[in-house]
Amino acid sequence: MSTTTITKDSRHTLSVLVKHNLNTFSRIIGIFSGKGFELESVTFASEAERGMARITITTYGNEETVEQINKHLHNVIDVLKVTDLTHKKCIERELAIVKVSTAKVGRPEIMLIAQAFKAKVIDITADKLALEVTGNTDKVDAMIEVLKPYGITEMSRTGSVALKREFQGAVNIN
Amino acid sequence: MKSTESTSTALKSDQTAKPGVTESTAPETMPVQAALTHNGADILIKTLADLGVDTIFGYPGGAVLPVYDTLFDNHDLNHVLIRHEQAGTHAADGYARATGKPGVVLATSGPGGTNTVTGIATAMMDSIPLVVFTGQVPTGVIGNDAFQEADIVGITRPITKQNYLVRDVNELEHVIREAFHIATNGRPGPVLVDLPKDMLNTKGRFSGMKKVDIPSFKPTVNGHHPQIAKAAEMLSNAKKPLIYVGGGAILGEAWEEVTAFAERMNIPVTTTLMGLGAFPESKPQSLGMLGMHGTWYANMAMTECDVLIAVGARFDDRVTGRLDGFSQNSRKIHIDIDPSCIGKNVPVEVPIVGDVKRVIPAIDKLATPPEISEWWDTIHTWQKEHPLVVPEADDKIYPQHMVKMISEVTEGNAIVVTDVGQHQMWAAQHYNYNHPRSWISSGGLGTMGYGFPAAMGAALACPDRDVVCITGDGGFQMSSYELATAVEYKIPVKIALMNNNCLGMVRQWQQLFYNNRTSYSVFGSNNPDFVKMAECYGAVGMRATNPAEMREVLTEAMKIKDGPVLMDFRVVETENCYPMVPSGAALNEMVESDEECK
Ligand SMILES: Cc1ncc(C[n+]2csc(CCOP(=O)(O)OP(=O)(O)O)c2C)c(N)n1
Ligand SMILES: [Mg+2]
Repeated sequence: MSTTTITKDSRHTLSVLVKHNLNTFSRIIGIFSGKGFELESVTFASEAERGMARITITTYGNEETVEQINKHLHNVIDVLKVTDLTHKKCIERELAIVKVSTAKVGRPEIMLIAQAFKAKVIDITADKLALEVTGNTDKVDAMIEVLKPYGITEMSRTGSVALKREFQGAVNIN
Repeated sequence: MKSTESTSTALKSDQTAKPGVTESTAPETMPVQAALTHNGADILIKTLADLGVDTIFGYPGGAVLPVYDTLFDNHDLNHVLIRHEQAGTHAADGYARATGKPGVVLATSGPGGTNTVTGIATAMMDSIPLVVFTGQVPTGVIGNDAFQEADIVGITRPITKQNYLVRDVNELEHVIREAFHIATNGRPGPVLVDLPKDMLNTKGRFSGMKKVDIPSFKPTVNGHHPQIAKAAEMLSNAKKPLIYVGGGAILGEAWEEVTAFAERMNIPVTTTLMGLGAFPESKPQSLGMLGMHGTWYANMAMTECDVLIAVGARFDDRVTGRLDGFSQNSRKIHIDIDPSCIGKNVPVEVPIVGDVKRVIPAIDKLATPPEISEWWDTIHTWQKEHPLVVPEADDKIYPQHMVKMISEVTEGNAIVVTDVGQHQMWAAQHYNYNHPRSWISSGGLGTMGYGFPAAMGAALACPDRDVVCITGDGGFQMSSYELATAVEYKIPVKIALMNNNCLGMVRQWQQLFYNNRTSYSVFGSNNPDFVKMAECYGAVGMRATNPAEMREVLTEAMKIKDGPVLMDFRVVETENCYPMVPSGAALNEMVESDEECK
């Protein structure tokens, strides 16, 4: 993907409610590939309501670009609703599994870091630990940054899922 | 009559399943039986007829044989056997542009479907309502690279407004109704429906339920009132206002509203290539077309205006020229039914999402005519100093004169259909457009080969109108085989071939921007004898090499009503199309002659 630096102001999380079918999913992805918009992550999952799915997209661009993305998403016939969660108070989570080398510093130091991020150890081998971390994208980014110097050998991230908070007042229970 | 017909169809298709059914018991069992006596192919044709479709353009093949079997003895609609699916799609598109009704295409799987792609993309770019039906391999083998399998839903996804693969025969009728609804509502566009062969052979239900309700598809038609009020206020106080009308005013059938508004406000009007005919060019407010080959004064007015109202136009790059030089000092109002068109290329102060047919009268109600006599003086001076020029008449046919003579002979009342190239731009400049849906041209995609089949579609749709296809020697050869169709169905298209023995527009660009290196753009004597070509299909062919012959040929051609006529007009080969905004230049940096380019 592009090497453009992702700044906090330019990242947007869009939550898109669609009729559940793969043609619609492809149409939505096609907007990004066909019209040259950035796409950082995307998740697709069935909704509780029958026949629906929710697509959570993380993209970045200036306000005008994101507005265009929004309009194009709306134009997809099977899209029922697009919510830009960026300026709303939202609950956002992402999960990552990170394999990190213990060769340099040994297990305890890595496990201390894991603890600080409330990450779980889910696999142990002679020279590696696999950690599972959940949180908003910033938190996942932060843990990865801290682990990098020790040698990340493999990693898998889900991308964000997000919903608007019911209570839009001041709150912070991340 | 209709009910007996359907009873007999029902009986016929029932015979294999229930040999014991006799004619006398059939009517009683009908209500119960009716539900399952139709296969997918029957349901397709029944639904089309129920939707008021009168004409479809099609070509048979393995996957759609069930549909052709239904068509064999069904006379509810007119099937036109075109000679190539691309031409069929263009014909349906021409039919749609001439009437506003959706054009309908039927093609087989694989190559049949892929042949429609250029036609679908052409319709998509110009927002033309089409419904394209393609056959597909049986559901059980989809994905297996079966014979004549192509993932046409995947291929056409970016060039359709919506598309479907129908696996369940009981969803077919509903999907078809939805497809027509989507194609024609909001910003129109093409929709494709892919029909697996086994589904077409399966018995299913036809309900006749007409209602379509798609909760996720509710285009905004009434503009936002405060924005409308702001637009009215800006126009009322403008010193140098301009109305810029695009194809949306045609698609939205808003020509009367736009004309009434512009006349009452006495504001100058320029139209895009797609908007020609939305405002009569005979009116004093008309500045003609703007853009790359627009009039000098329209482009200057666009550059200098202080309030611009865009009506169903999309600030296309052929209209704006270099963006940083585009209408820098104007406050902009933009009305469009498609929100994604607004603010895409040019920032707009007052966006109004809505149907132009409703929004324009709403603005009209609130606005008062601005005091702009100075603005008109400036415009009149531009018009005097930089009119659209045509070469002086002599014994040769100049392309511009050819279009002017067609305009004169048809009294500006024909439907003009063009191909793509120099002839297209001259046709846009020099024919006198006073009626909507009378200018049909591939604007967005610029598809060569479009003109002649689109003209056939228009002529079939409007048998009372004269249809003139102004085409090029290059583009005509991309669909000349359709002469066979035009002859078979006696379609009276007047083909006015502007024969300059070259790919004129390409040559013009090579002359101007590639140091006159005319690489692969000149046919010279390698063109066929077009008159003989017409004749070998059984059509009338005529040739003219000077203005007097041209008038004779045209007059003669207009009398032919029972089939196509091809007029090979040998025009001056070296003529170029001006004014021109060179690509990369700003709209007011026009060149007006070959000399100026040197
Ligand atoms: C399918 C397709 N291929 C290529 C082009 C590029 N093109 C644009 S205009 C033109 C020349 C057209 O020549 P002709 O039909 O003779 O018209 P003229 O310009 O001479 O009037 C070409 C090749 C195109 N628009 N469409
Ligand atoms: Mg030519």
